Amino acid sequence: MSTTNKPIKTDARPGRTLAILALVLFALLGAVFIQGATAVRLGLDLRGGTSVTLQPRIAPGENGKVSNEAIDQAVSIIRQRVNSLGVAESEVTAQGSGLNRQIVISVPGDTGRRVVELVGQTAELRFRQVLAETNGTPNPADTSTAATPVPGVAPDVNARYAKLDCSIAANRQGTGSDVATAPVVACSRTGGNKYILAPAEVLGREVSKASAGIDTQGGSAWYVSLVFNGEGTKAFGALTARVTSLASPLNQVAIVLDGLVVSAPRINEAIPSGNAQITGSFTQLEATDLANVLKYGALPLAFDRGEVQQISPTLGSDQLRAGLLAGALGLFLVLLYSLLYYRGLGLVTIGSLLIAGSLTYLLFLLLGKWIGFTLTLAGIAGAIVSIGITADSFIVYFERIRDEVREGRSLRSAVETGWTRARRTIIVADFVSIIASVLLYFFAVGGVRGFAFTLGLTTLVDLIVVFAFTKPIVTILAKLNFYSSGHVLSGLSGKSLGTISNAKEA
Amino acid sequence: MSSRSSLGGRLYRGETSVDFIGKRRRWYGISGLLIIASIGALSIQGLHLGIEFKGGSSYIVTKAGVSVADAQSAVTSVGITGETIIQKIGSQKVRIQTGAVTSAQSNGIQDALASKLGVSVDSIDTQIVGPSWGKEITRKALYGLFGFLLVVMLYLAMAFEPKMAIAAIVAVIHDVFITVGIYALVGFDVTPATVIGFLTILGYSLYDTVVVFDKVRENTRTITATSKSTYSQAANLAVNQTLVRSFNTSLIALLPVASILFVGAGLLGAGTLKDLSLALFIGLATGTYSSIFIATPILAVLREREPAMQALAKRVGARSGASVVATQSSSIQGGATTAVKERRGPRNQPKRKGRK
Repeated sequence: MSTTNKPIKTDARPGRTLAILALVLFALLGAVFIQGATAVRLGLDLRGGTSVTLQPRIAPGENGKVSNEAIDQAVSIIRQRVNSLGVAESEVTAQGSGLNRQIVISVPGDTGRRVVELVGQTAELRFRQVLAETNGTPNPADTSTAATPVPGVAPDVNARYAKLDCSIAANRQGTGSDVATAPVVACSRTGGNKYILAPAEVLGREVSKASAGIDTQGGSAWYVSLVFNGEGTKAFGALTARVTSLASPLNQVAIVLDGLVVSAPRINEAIPSGNAQITGSFTQLEATDLANVLKYGALPLAFDRGEVQQISPTLGSDQLRAGLLAGALGLFLVLLYSLLYYRGLGLVTIGSLLIAGSLTYLLFLLLGKWIGFTLTLAGIAGAIVSIGITADSFIVYFERIRDEVREGRSLRSAVETGWTRARRTIIVADFVSIIASVLLYFFAVGGVRGFAFTLGLTTLVDLIVVFAFTKPIVTILAKLNFYSSGHVLSGLSGKSLGTISNAKEA
Repeated sequence: MSSRSSLGGRLYRGETSVDFIGKRRRWYGISGLLIIASIGALSIQGLHLGIEFKGGSSYIVTKAGVSVADAQSAVTSVGITGETIIQKIGSQKVRIQTGAVTSAQSNGIQDALASKLGVSVDSIDTQIVGPSWGKEITRKALYGLFGFLLVVMLYLAMAFEPKMAIAAIVAVIHDVFITVGIYALVGFDVTPATVIGFLTILGYSLYDTVVVFDKVRENTRTITATSKSTYSQAANLAVNQTLVRSFNTSLIALLPVASILFVGAGLLGAGTLKDLSLALFIGLATGTYSSIFIATPILAVLREREPAMQALAKRVGARSGASVVATQSSSIQGGATTAVKERRGPRNQPKRKGRK
């Protein structure tokens, strides 16, 4: 790159470039209307909602079980459960790769605790015969139950049963790892009762249908009816035929999920048909939830709740307001500074930022439609930070122009030579930003990903605007007398460049 | 404002010049002290990690006239002991943070808070992080940091001359140490948002260095042919010429970040916005400092060791009778010395005179 005074033509037709940019903007605007993408999709942290991140629980030596198929299957089962809540725009997605895959569930609105409990029940459902049942909390004074070993059960199981205290919350967590072929001790979900349970005889995957219904004749009682598949019908028929004539509690069959007893109905008769009904004092909610558990209970993997985040709509709208306010304030300060410092050139900054802003907004709208992009608080922060980075590109260019004018070039040639030099700096610098955002996007988890995404997107927008708007518009302006004559307010006057000493001008 | 513009002109021509490279020992000394202080703070106090990294739960109750004491008694009534932090945020919010809890315990806390403080359970903003998830997040954050540094080094090594890459990387590591040190010293919360903000700023710090080094490269391209200035002098001129630009770009980048910090900390109290912008704010400041005071002097020192540059320094020294490394300078307010003026700004002087 030599420093000859030959004017370098970098952009012979600035008008054409501007026209293309306008065309692109209109095309995007048209796409927005055609697609009906009229509002930016907001993340849960901006409108309230619950998000749950599930991590597959990997037992030693079972790495192979966390396959893509298993995760996909789990996603579709959880999706069915979440959809049963009937909340619009709920989402269940798998993120990450290999052994570090997670399932992220997000449900807008304030259904908080139900969502958490529903998707938290993640292990396989099992039907086990009840061998013993008693109050959940061991009573030191009453040694009768603890001291009486249940016949036909190994002594260590009896000992664990005696010790088990279901009032301790940790014991109601569910282990998710109950061995199907061995007897287990378990608490009921509420902690009110504890059980010794026989090996599992029917598995959740053998349930083909389950639904909640209301018995209008029997005093409006809610019940759950379930239908087994071929194998399930046989196994359940055999189980019920065997236990129905036994004495309580041996005539009960426990429905066990994630190591906890969801329900332990008494079997009134042998059920060889594969159609069963569970009655009890259910509320509508309990009946529906139990039906869902029965229907979607069988997940191929056990999961841990990695993170649960519950944001009320109030906080959501507060955060949205704060984000927008911060953006407006930041934009205002940047515009004010560029006007004060760069005078006439500051107008170019304002124009460029407006173009960059509308381009970004249109992209937000369209990406929401196309790839399900949602704007989160971190995303807003990324967009605000990019105001500065975008404006930096203009400064690099403007200072270059001023340098060239100081070198003694005419404004028109300074605009061109300055551009060829500034262009390289801008590309290198923006490229560093883009590398950063791509890496951050892949390394970040959850919400902060939005920051990386918007930062990367807006840096691309910055490149487009600098090339397709700022440069051509400066080329055009350089032909105007206001700028080329170095008017005091143009930002290119001899005084502000320091080419004329202050004393001389005064 | 216009006075800074004309200052830009003087800096550009080398009439006013700050001796960044000659006084490098001073800057190294300051940074060295800061880094030792950072390591000290880090080893004594450590970082204040948020619940995202270590597992735990956080609840925010929003209600006019809510009190810390009520929240405290609600939490105690559920039997949650151990490290519980309860703070008031603004006038009508209280935040309760606990160690790792099970979801049953968490439900208990929510219920107790709801009944004690008279709000509905669904209006409590809750975040629960399992301990194993915290480990996962920590691992990802560390991978992110090292992966990022690695890729950036590779990129710089390709985009710049090797010595520029080394200098830029030293500056980046310098920024990492100082920012982490400030977090340890002040005890700001470190959350995933902090880490992201911090990594972003590493990128930005490089942006600044890129701008300065581009000018250094341009100024030093022809120095061996003209023998008018040493590498150090040409590099110092480059820093001075880009000083106004560095100041402006940093300030413009800082303005939006400052407004996020202001709104985030002022309106929302705690959370993503504050954590992100605080990390950005601190990182921007150290990044700007290091690209001017650390990166360029290191580059100059590395290049001056080359035989060609030493020979050049001898030639320049013989011509002007001045010392080899740039030592002469006027203060930023002071007028220009003609001796400096003639040696500096190798390619602009005659042309400018011919023009105006």
